[in-house]
Amino acid sequence: MVDRLSKQFGGVRAVDGVSLQVRPGEAVGIIGPNGSGKTTLVNLITGFVRPDSGRVVFRGVDITRASVEARVRMGIARSFQTPRPFYRLPAFRNVIIPLCSRRARERLGSGFGRREEVALDLLEEVGFERDAAAVTKPASELPHGYLKRLELARCLALDPQLLLLDELFSGMSPAETASLIPLLLRLVEEGRSLVLVEHRLAELFQVVGRVVVLDFGRKIAEGHPADVMAREEVRRAYLGGEVSASA
Amino acid sequence: MTAPVAYRRERLDRGIKVRSDDIFALAGWPEILYLAGPRVAAAGLLLVFPLLRNWTGDYWQTVFLVAVSMMLAAVSWAFLENVGLVSLGHSLFFGAGGYLTAIAVLDLRLPPLLAVLTGTVGAAAGCAVLLAPVLRLRGVYFSLVTFALPLLFARVIEATKILGGTEGLAGIPGLGSLEVRQYLLVVGLLSATFGLQRLLDSDYGLVLHAIRDNDLSVRASGIPVGWWKFGAVLVGALPATLAGAVLATHYHVVGMSAFALDYSVLPLTAAVLGGSGAMAGAAVGAALLVPLSELLRAFGTLRVVAYCAVLVLVLVSVPEGLFSLVRRRYHQFERWVPL
Repeated sequence: MVDRLSKQFGGVRAVDGVSLQVRPGEAVGIIGPNGSGKTTLVNLITGFVRPDSGRVVFRGVDITRASVEARVRMGIARSFQTPRPFYRLPAFRNVIIPLCSRRARERLGSGFGRREEVALDLLEEVGFERDAAAVTKPASELPHGYLKRLELARCLALDPQLLLLDELFSGMSPAETASLIPLLLRLVEEGRSLVLVEHRLAELFQVVGRVVVLDFGRKIAEGHPADVMAREEVRRAYLGGEVSASA
Repeated sequence: MTAPVAYRRERLDRGIKVRSDDIFALAGWPEILYLAGPRVAAAGLLLVFPLLRNWTGDYWQTVFLVAVSMMLAAVSWAFLENVGLVSLGHSLFFGAGGYLTAIAVLDLRLPPLLAVLTGTVGAAAGCAVLLAPVLRLRGVYFSLVTFALPLLFARVIEATKILGGTEGLAGIPGLGSLEVRQYLLVVGLLSATFGLQRLLDSDYGLVLHAIRDNDLSVRASGIPVGWWKFGAVLVGALPATLAGAVLATHYHVVGMSAFALDYSVLPLTAAVLGGSGAMAGAAVGAALLVPLSELLRAFGTLRVVAYCAVLVLVLVSVPEGLFSLVRRRYHQFERWVPL
């Protein structure tokens, strides 16, 4: 899917020749220390940043030069590391925005009025209680965990085939992450591909069967979580002393 | 022995709001009237005024024509502002509408009505294409470009003497009688005010609001921001280009003054005065401002002082805009009901 992708910012090689393949119905974790290029990789795959070299191929189509919107239309959705809701809009209206996209219109029709119901269903799916005040509150008044779940609902509204979640679990309470893990597992079961950029390894390993470790923009390891975490270079580059605590 | 009847105050629209928060379930004519009354009254006033020519005299009928034109320009400005495109050069649309109508009628020999329509739609499309490259600019940068463009056009016309140079394009035949022009503008204004408001209240309007707040997430939601903004400019420019087109046929001439700063400042001021949150607010602002500025004509240049004083006063005391204030108060009207 991703072939020898590189991106340089100034003199920094943010992503340096990373190749990665994700199959339908597979969840892959991307881990690595801060500044190792994880988010840049997500930006490259979703089209927010153009690569200097390398290719991005989605379902057999080369999308390296495709726009963000074109990629969404093909079924690629992403969440942002820092939630970027539409602060002035109530939570459920936030979800209406992606429901106006071309991909959603092809699925739901262009008619007015039915989107609110779909939006409420999606919010319920990510753990908003249906009649709770949170649904109608402006996003600016929601706590962090809700904003993260709102991001997820915004992505799910696009019915993604490939979903890239950038640190979805960060800042969430253990109860909140625990409630989302079954949903993520179900998405994978439905045949969707998941790419999770995470620091919270214990939760991550409940979802993914394979992890990729980045360090200074390079892929230094890939494989089953337990095997990867056992490797000396991964411990050295990333985890230092905390490996026993999280693995 | 009857117990004394106690009273409490309740809002007039309480019954309506209680039944549903934002979907109106109307029970009976009084409630329909309460909600629709102001709109119907305003629309009625606009439709009736041209009929009162004998009573008002020609002068105030012309003021009315100019006022409706500026209301259109103000609605256009407010719509674009709602999409996050703050224009400091609305005379661009206004002037383009006028010049294109003149060209359509003088060079292409189209009949006046067709020329006005061509001028309106063509100018809106032309301006949208012209602005397309700068739509990606955010905030003040877009405003600066719109500020520069009408100035640039005026200077180009002056320097190269194209489009009649400083003399302008004269000899534009009038579009029917004064009433025809008035009603064309009034119909345009009513459709623009209510149509654009409806658009903003729809799901697609939600997307437009969202683009203003956070265009990165809108893109991540699979919506091509550039195209949507382009569409918004195209639709939002129409009222202003219509005003320019009709006024050109009214004055029989269109000149560089169509790109003058006045036509950029007035819509903006009107929208601020009335409250740009609602399309009707901008229209109300212009409806107040144009006659006011006529009344102050006797003061000569001092008029500007009074004009600025009013503006500053409104901005300081009613920052939400007069219309928004009145609308809020209207929905707070109370009546006495027995407990």
